Amino acid sequence: MATVELTFSALPAHVRTARLVATAIARRTGVEESLLDEVRLAVGEACSRAVEAHRLHCPGEPVRIELRDDSGRFEVTVTDVAPSDELEGTTTLPTITSEPLGAMADPFESGFGIAVIVGLADDVEVYASPKGMRIRMSWPAAAKGVTPA
Amino acid sequence: MDLKLDHRTEDSLTIVEVEGEIDVYTAPRLRELLIDLVNKGNFHLLVNMEKVDFLDSTGLGVLVGGLKRVRAHDGSLELVCTQERILKIFRITGLTKVFGIYASVEEAKEAHGRDK
Repeated sequence: MATVELTFSALPAHVRTARLVATAIARRTGVEESLLDEVRLAVGEACSRAVEAHRLHCPGEPVRIELRDDSGRFEVTVTDVAPSDELEGTTTLPTITSEPLGAMADPFESGFGIAVIVGLADDVEVYASPKGMRIRMSWPAAAKGVTPA
Repeated sequence: MDLKLDHRTEDSLTIVEVEGEIDVYTAPRLRELLIDLVNKGNFHLLVNMEKVDFLDSTGLGVLVGGLKRVRAHDGSLELVCTQERILKIFRITGLTKVFGIYASVEEAKEAHGRDK
């Protein structure tokens, strides 16, 4: 198992860096080229949500992202430590319905980003707790991925 | 790539040219431009996304916010986009039903002319 871990200050400018790193590792792991845009967008959404949560609640704490190449899957876990009112456990994943325009809430408050992730990754788990949220998502990785020496 | 923004007015339509990445870092600049244009009385906006490399939900939120603002003045905010990877996020979020999405600026201008 190869793992890359990255922690970054909760600044919007660093989200792009996290996207670039995740896409590079996904390519190296053997994720199909046609899925790389989905990886880039889903990781960006998860990191954006975490950065916004940290900026509101704990701007000094870094956001953590782990990238794993494990048993034929490329797995990404984004963890924030922003306190919330969420009860501990796996949350019900949101879906987007066609709401009237006037009913659309703020994208972050409404879980818009998480709904986008659910639409992009074929395997997503959102684990919420009062101490923060963990979003784990994965994509199939082809056997041609580079294995550690 | 950073975000480049430009705009011009043709007849009653204000065309906003967007180039680069629209994400949590750059989206505030697009939001400011859209707010500024509306505050200056430009209520019919066409956002050309053909040179956009990346768009996330923050960017979508800015476009939805812009649409709400222009609709408050009986205006319109429509998009030019043919890139599959950008269109995909509009489809996932159901926003293809909310925005008019055209294949070219010319096509959008023609449609706008017919609707006037």
